[in-house]
Amino acid sequence: MRYSGFRVIKEALLGQKGWRPLWRDPEPQPRYDYVIVGGGGHGLATAYYLAKTFQKSRIAVLEKGWLGSGNIGRNTTIIRSNYLLPGNEPFYEFSMKLWENLEQETNFNSMVSQRGIINLIHTDAQRDAYRRRGNAMLFAGADAQLLSPNELREMVPFLNYDNARFPIKGGLFQRRAGTARHDGVAWGYARGADMRGVDIIQNCEVTGMRIEGGKVLGVETSRGYIAAGKVGVAVAGSSSRVMSMAGMRLPVESHVLQAFVSEGLKPVIPGVITFGAGHFYVSQSDKGGLVFGGDIDGYNSYAQRGNLPVVEDVLEGGMALMPMIGRARLLRSWGGIMDMSMDGSPIIDRTSVDGLYFNGGWCYGGFKATPASGFAFAHLLATDRPHETATAYRLDRFARGYLIDEKGVGAQPNLH
Amino acid sequence: MLIPHPLLGLRDAQEFTYLGDASLLNRPDASSPDAAVAFFDYVYLRDNPAGVHRELWFHEQGDRSWLIVTRNTLTHEILNAELACESAVKSEVLA
Ligand SMILES: Cc1cc2nc3c(=O)[nH]c(=O)nc-3n(C[C@H](O)[C@H](O)[C@H](O)COP(=O)(O)OP(=O)(O)OC[C@H]3O[C@@H](n4cnc5c(N)ncnc54)[C@H](O)[C@@H]3O)c2cc1C
Repeated sequence: MRYSGFRVIKEALLGQKGWRPLWRDPEPQPRYDYVIVGGGGHGLATAYYLAKTFQKSRIAVLEKGWLGSGNIGRNTTIIRSNYLLPGNEPFYEFSMKLWENLEQETNFNSMVSQRGIINLIHTDAQRDAYRRRGNAMLFAGADAQLLSPNELREMVPFLNYDNARFPIKGGLFQRRAGTARHDGVAWGYARGADMRGVDIIQNCEVTGMRIEGGKVLGVETSRGYIAAGKVGVAVAGSSSRVMSMAGMRLPVESHVLQAFVSEGLKPVIPGVITFGAGHFYVSQSDKGGLVFGGDIDGYNSYAQRGNLPVVEDVLEGGMALMPMIGRARLLRSWGGIMDMSMDGSPIIDRTSVDGLYFNGGWCYGGFKATPASGFAFAHLLATDRPHETATAYRLDRFARGYLIDEKGVGAQPNLH
Repeated sequence: MLIPHPLLGLRDAQEFTYLGDASLLNRPDASSPDAAVAFFDYVYLRDNPAGVHRELWFHEQGDRSWLIVTRNTLTHEILNAELACESAVKSEVLA
């Protein structure tokens, strides 16, 4: 079934009786060529590109809950390619280009909205750093623009420019950045994968791995044993748990990140604004809610909910940046479990077990990576070679000293 | 979260700075032949368990002692807290 304006009109005239479920609900088969563990954005995108671009078949995605129950349904939906380092920026720009065509690609309304992102500048040193970042972005084919205080005031007049501690002196602007409907991204990829024969199996938790002679043979699941030619793991916050089933310890800690949404308001915030110095960022959803967040709570957690100190910290950041936010009522807050890698950058690589591949360590920035991560992981699974934009994301980079230290972040909270 | 400090009683976790897995107390021997491998393991790899976790918290805005807190990462329930120096002495005696 293809979606189109014509289709919407036709269904309206026929009483909306022609819509069908977006994907099948198949029983797991005893064997697949490719088993993807984790039905989040990355797992679904991987399956989609494996089937579509790399023309593979006999593919399954195993998801322990329902589609979208993990971080893909919990993030604050920001997409951007404003990275600095050569190992990162080409990858995120590749992702940005895939976003720009995603709706045509999947024939699904993922509400990709290029409303721009502004990173605020408070000091001369920060302006120098952002100028360098902007130039690195331009080198990689992305767009970047340094905003003067006056240009900024015109775009976002409501900020507290004369804050005594963090006066606002300008911003780094990426016009092509923006937001997308996070669930819509998962659903679009799921539907596209399903249409190409991928079995999406929900309520199917991987509980063990069968490995013999250094080769993976298949996975034990809550719905029985499933044999596999290759197994690709993309389980975000559960990375350490799942890879420990193959006897591996990862350079990853799981931490909780919270996010918040206000009641719906009339349009007031034009794009995404980040206030790094105050641990606060904000955008406005199409429904009108102010969507905002800040830092991770800062201790190991698998609880999918955070604590009050970070709630206070984020709201204080919001009040410092844009005092008008104090008039809005907070509607909801929630948390998701981040796979915090030790250098703050992701991993897309083979492992020491033959046929077992790992995709993780996305920290709090994996939503924007969803298309490129799926594409690069599918490339690796299909060809056994890394995609050209993902060659730095090696699992052994920590042992070899090739860290991708984008901002001096990672799991260690005292570096934040 | 409230941490039962062995000397000061229940303290707000906000007074503390978190460092991570308590196994960080066991720094490898830099002069041993396998030091490079041992330090890679020590610096980067983590068990990262879902469930009971022994971890280091520094009472930065309190008495500046290091605690080993035993906490359930699935529920945030705090099961125990002891002074890291005492625990380190204990393990040396046992070793
Ligand atoms: C509050 C918050 C805000 C964020 N904001 C942003 C943002 O603005 N921009 C951005 O780029 N990124 C953001 N992120 C990060 C981003 O959401 C994640 O990095 C990304 O979604 C992770 O990839 P995923 O979608 O595949 O993960 P998930 O959706 O978590 O998928 C992993 C799936 O694996 C499943 N699974 C786990 N264990 C098993 C098992 N044993 N067997 C089978 N299945 C299993 C889980 O149920 C889950 O569905 C944010 C995250 C949070 C929590």
